[in-house]
Amino acid sequence: MNKMKIHISKRASLPWYKAWAIRGIAILAALVTCAVVTMLLTGENPISIYSTIFRGAFGTARRTWVTVQDLAVLLGISLAVTPAFKMRFWNIGAEGQVLIGGLATTACMICLADKLSNPMVIVCMIVASIAAGAVWGFLPAFFKAKWNTNETLFTLMMNYIATQLAAYFIIVWEVPKGAGKIGIINQSSEIGWLPQLGNQYLLSIVTVALLTVVMYIYLNYSKHGYEIAVVGESQRTASYAGIKVERVIIRTMVLSGAVCGLMGLLLVGGINHTLTTTVVDGRGFTAVMVSWMAKFNPITMIFTSLLLVFLSRGAGEISSAFGLNHSFSDILTGIILFFIIGSEFFITYQISMRKSAGKEG
Amino acid sequence: MFDLVSFIPRAVMQGIPLLYGSTGEILTEKSGNLNLGIPGVMYVGGICGVIGAFFYEQAVPAAEMHAVLAIGIPMLCSLLGSLLMGLLYCVLTVTLRANQNVTGLALTTFGVGIGNFFGGSLIKLTGSEVPSIALSATSAYFSKSLPFAGSLGWFGQVFLSYGFLAYLAVVIAVAASHVLKRTRVGLHLRAVGESPATADAAGISVTRYKYLATCIGSMVAGLGGLYYVMDYACGVWSNNAFGDRGWLAIALVIFTIWRPNVSILASILFGGFYILYLYIPSGLNLSVKELYKMIPYVVTLVVLIIVSMRKKREDQPPASLGLAYFREER
Amino acid sequence: METVRNAIRMEHITKRFGSVVANHDINLVLHKGEILSLLGENGSGKTTLMNMLSGIYYSDEGQIYVNDQPVTISSPKDAFDLGIGMIHQHFKLVDVLTATENIVLGLKDGDKLDLKKASRKITEICERYGFEIDLNRKIYEMSVSQKQTVEIVKVLYRGAEILILDEPTAVLTPQETDKLFTVMRNMKADGKSLIIITHKLHEVLEVSDRVAVLRKGEYIGDVPTRDASQQSLTDMMVGRAVTLNIDRPEPVNVTPRLVVEGLTVYDELGVKRLSDISFTANAGEILGIAGIAGSGQRELLEAISGLYPIAGGSIRFFDPQKPDDKQGRELVGMDPMAIRKCGVSMAFVPEDRLGMGLVGSMGMTGNMMLRSWRKGKGIFLNRREPEEMANRIWKELEVVTPSTSFPVRRMSGGNVQKVLVGREIAQDPAVLMTAYAVRGLDINTSYTIYNLLTEEKMKGVAVVYVGEDLDVLLELCDRILVLCGGQVSGIVDGRTADKREVGTLMTRVGGGSTDE
Repeated sequence: MNKMKIHISKRASLPWYKAWAIRGIAILAALVTCAVVTMLLTGENPISIYSTIFRGAFGTARRTWVTVQDLAVLLGISLAVTPAFKMRFWNIGAEGQVLIGGLATTACMICLADKLSNPMVIVCMIVASIAAGAVWGFLPAFFKAKWNTNETLFTLMMNYIATQLAAYFIIVWEVPKGAGKIGIINQSSEIGWLPQLGNQYLLSIVTVALLTVVMYIYLNYSKHGYEIAVVGESQRTASYAGIKVERVIIRTMVLSGAVCGLMGLLLVGGINHTLTTTVVDGRGFTAVMVSWMAKFNPITMIFTSLLLVFLSRGAGEISSAFGLNHSFSDILTGIILFFIIGSEFFITYQISMRKSAGKEG
Repeated sequence: MFDLVSFIPRAVMQGIPLLYGSTGEILTEKSGNLNLGIPGVMYVGGICGVIGAFFYEQAVPAAEMHAVLAIGIPMLCSLLGSLLMGLLYCVLTVTLRANQNVTGLALTTFGVGIGNFFGGSLIKLTGSEVPSIALSATSAYFSKSLPFAGSLGWFGQVFLSYGFLAYLAVVIAVAASHVLKRTRVGLHLRAVGESPATADAAGISVTRYKYLATCIGSMVAGLGGLYYVMDYACGVWSNNAFGDRGWLAIALVIFTIWRPNVSILASILFGGFYILYLYIPSGLNLSVKELYKMIPYVVTLVVLIIVSMRKKREDQPPASLGLAYFREER
Repeated sequence: METVRNAIRMEHITKRFGSVVANHDINLVLHKGEILSLLGENGSGKTTLMNMLSGIYYSDEGQIYVNDQPVTISSPKDAFDLGIGMIHQHFKLVDVLTATENIVLGLKDGDKLDLKKASRKITEICERYGFEIDLNRKIYEMSVSQKQTVEIVKVLYRGAEILILDEPTAVLTPQETDKLFTVMRNMKADGKSLIIITHKLHEVLEVSDRVAVLRKGEYIGDVPTRDASQQSLTDMMVGRAVTLNIDRPEPVNVTPRLVVEGLTVYDELGVKRLSDISFTANAGEILGIAGIAGSGQRELLEAISGLYPIAGGSIRFFDPQKPDDKQGRELVGMDPMAIRKCGVSMAFVPEDRLGMGLVGSMGMTGNMMLRSWRKGKGIFLNRREPEEMANRIWKELEVVTPSTSFPVRRMSGGNVQKVLVGREIAQDPAVLMTAYAVRGLDINTSYTIYNLLTEEKMKGVAVVYVGEDLDVLLELCDRILVLCGGQVSGIVDGRTADKREVGTLMTRVGGGSTDE
């Protein structure tokens, strides 16, 4: 008998280009799989499927703008969760942190519209949204720092508390009574609408572009960024280096929450001008994956979020072109993610075959 | 006026999907796998049952439907669907050692997508006016209550008025509890979740236990989706109707401190919280009911915090929860 | 049927971790019914070799025979089936389970968990070999020696004929060690074959029948214990007669730098770890700290650095910059950063080398910053100085690494230590504390480090050297403080003390007894 045994061991190291080649192959395989799945469901050939996807994302100037705006929102939320992840703090509560920021924005827009001037309302919105997100980030961090409370589960619960709070206020503020939704806020006066830069998309795009650069510098060149990296590696080492671990955990999560709050401001004040409980639309969770796939590097995140946004916009186009349900994009996103998640294994480990014993000897 | 006799059955019916979900997730977490894909798994469990039932109803006129097939086909489809989801999670996190949080979230995106996509496609296939599919014939088999339910007054209503899947949920939870506490397999599973290296050194196949617990856990959770659509929703599938129940099931795991038998009562309690707003006079103010819906999450948070403050070893999450295991780690 | 003589035979075993060769072409034999000592310095590959017998690791090359049959051991289960049981240094026990549950873990003996029946069988084993354990106790409530007992009983319960003990005495008191040796002899009398991994010579001579020696991953040879002496074994272990010849210049300008009085600390569980420690570390001197592993060395260094909560006592620091300060500055109650600013520096090399003091994923530069990251105004890091320091250490200490940004986790152990110790010295400290600075290093590198420490001493630094090797302590240090069970059992002069005297102090506390 000549039985082969598969043996798995950790790689000593892998040159960066090989690692990226593996990821590239994974993405390619994922795209092929997506094409095959779509083919089975629509009967179209892969080339026309991808040209449809591309058309959906970049077909017209308007579509391109929307795609880039979607990219900006997803990227912004991904940037927000990244400092926490680098610290190995599993914040899956971005959904709630963004929503609560949006809720605070809405509150200012509705309650202060007839009391303050427009610029003052906007200042209040900025402060309130950031503060609300920060509070939502602070709570899990505080309990993590003090009693090591499991942050994944904590932030998960906070999402739904935020959702229910938003649901409550949406009914309180509903227009008209009994509609169950707010509608466009201050539609005639446009009070609290964030100013436009050139066109309606550019403000959020520019904000997130700036945010990307700032976050990159913050994580790589600032003292705070260094502290985060050390705490993420080992809390013992961190306290040995004189880093106050509890403070770093809380500060970083407050920052994460605050940036999420800011994204809530952009979503409500700059893009939608209304609030629904689904305004974040799962992007708080998608952001976790974007950030992780990019190895927590803000620049790489541009590409990972682009990939997901491109697919989801394109899949939307496929759904309407071929009369499929819109959730089709979730399935494609899932497939892409599974391939990329799986490919990391081949970067970290190597597989060798060896003969099982008993033959020789 | 609080009508307890009508409240309890409704709370139970709300609670059963949660009980399935939490029992499944407890089994999974006991092996050290934090499967955040459970909401997706429950969607898939539900939609696969719907697909099975749909085609059986299409193929056979309602009068000729056989009870065993009417129940068996959707159930088998549901189990198969959630098993595949569990397997996918295992391949990625156990065999390929991927990050569990990321994999779980991706699985939820994927599962909810599958549910809504096929749900939507079926709706289109029926050419129905409303955005839902009604499988009332199949549902009738699933929601058939026990005999005497109607004739025993409040007792019948509170204890006997449910479809068989509700009782199955309780049986599974009790069985899971028994297995975890009193059997060798349960002991091994707990060891795998607490300290895979130890279990490995003791000759327990960590991989096998993780796969088995996660796949069985997924199948149990999937039944929750099936119960929801076939019994609770009377066979009506509409997209996104299942809502946040999957996450609530994960909350329940913490709330019960990883004990399936506690989950039986706790899930009914959560179910009660979920519908409490219907029973509390809020006057014209509908908004308050949204705040009542917050209660389960707030209560879970409080439990999570108290448990972490008390630091009692037995009440902590399985020590290796969320971590991949690699024997030659150095 | 021929009689089986060899319980285990390992032939041409090689094991690599990445580019590091942990075991190279090893041939080892364990006879039936003997106690074999596997001797070697820290990092010589003893544990790795044994882990291949217990199925934790899988060899890259070579063949293992059990009872003269070729076998493949690719999992711990395979090892059990072959009757091999290993008691690891880090116990493989599940904390939240009871002793009984841990002992029956992994066995297939019916689906139902009959703990009563198991308890009876365990009690039987305990009585036969003389163990004492409370079977219903949870592991996390147990002391170290109780845990070890559970481990050994566990292995016996599943019928192991071959037992491997990995440094079992490292965590035991002398009395507990004696008890363990008695048990080991009982097991041998019962026909079992045992391997004990150790680096303590007196234990080798006391308990084993035969000694096999490893050095730097290579098999050096084996001798019957009756033909061996401390000297001959040491020669085999280190490769040449130990004439250390560490340069030890006379101290100059000795003044008190750090005065510790009545220091007492408790760990998280409320166990006293240091009890009423008093000593003075002088500028211009190397103060050695000797003691068996876990006697409070780590706690002492961490307490001085402000990393361990202090229950009582005082630590006064006399700043060389303020010679007029006769009172000294109280360090108790200050935070680690402030203590460091005074010039108290610590280089602790833990067993896994990276656990504290280094960030594995960062390169040398990033690790230099661990000390200096707070320097400079503003929110940005200063990278230039750490980069220069990294380059200097890279060159001067001959660190083998492709660049200063290469993650230290991927460097070999010795190089990691050079980075760690080099960085601490580069801080120009007033007090330099090192623990296990030469752990796992080759002789040449060790000397480099001794010389560095001596240079620091001559610069007027108060050096504290926590070490494992008594010969080194006796040749390097000016004075030696001996710790035993969290207490000071004596302070001796490094030039006049003899090894036996220190060895005795290490195992006996004057006066009081110690709790676990």
